[in-house]
Amino acid sequence: MNRAEREAAVRRVMERTPPPVPAELHPDVVRRGSRMVRRRRIARRLAWLLLCAATVAFVVWAVRVQPWVEPPSTTTPPLTNW
Amino acid sequence: MRDSRAAQETRRAREFEAFVAGAGGRLLHAATLLTAESPADNPRARHLLTLALARTYACWDRLRGEDPYNRAREQLAIRFAHGAWHEYVWRLYDALPLGRARALGRVLPLGRGPAQGRPTGRPRRRPAAVGVLACLTPQERLVLVLRLYEGVAEEQAAALLGLPADRVRALCDRATTNLLRPPRAQPPAARRAKAAAS
Repeated sequence: MNRAEREAAVRRVMERTPPPVPAELHPDVVRRGSRMVRRRRIARRLAWLLLCAATVAFVVWAVRVQPWVEPPSTTTPPLTNW
Repeated sequence: MRDSRAAQETRRAREFEAFVAGAGGRLLHAATLLTAESPADNPRARHLLTLALARTYACWDRLRGEDPYNRAREQLAIRFAHGAWHEYVWRLYDALPLGRARALGRVLPLGRGPAQGRPTGRPRRRPAAVGVLACLTPQERLVLVLRLYEGVAEEQAAALLGLPADRVRALCDRATTNLLRPPRAQPPAARRAKAAAS
């Protein structure tokens, strides 16, 4: 028996008895699938919300603290009347 | 705006229903071959197929011309490959010379009977391997179903399973030989089926 014959025999063995498709397959799949879609949508919205909140918080903090301004020196007294 | 979205939803639902009606039978047959269950009683195969098709439904809008059947088949194969370690654990469990453990293993599936009443829920009982591919290991079954039943090319199957193409060819040859000429010593799957039947 060569390779092609063996493969054909295995194909015949595998295609012998197809199982009956249950009627509730499609409603079940749609129920699970729409739940998956809904969860993904909620997760995406939450992620966007978190990103926006983080951006707003960073901007507010930056405007209030202004970390790019050099802090006033604490060792040298201020120079006046020079 | 709302009307167009509703129309899109109905079109999508109709397309998906046609897809399930057309491809469901063949995919269920493939799933039943993978789980090595009998065609009349295949709760694991149905569960596997439901999950794979649900994932296909979820990414239906993002297919962009890709074949949905291909996607569903990939999902089925990946999900089966990830869940196959249970069966290897059972095989190891059967191979160990533990008389008490084996007796427990025989009692346990009967004790968990109520799961049989739920065809689509996650099947809790130990699977009864009585299908035509029951004498093969899960990996051999996966390769055989992908290569010969579904006709996936060797390189594609190898890429899907994360194996070298040579390994896929060797597995396919070995599975073919084992299926056509079963080894003289009885494999553990057959012993288990007989033990469950008595």
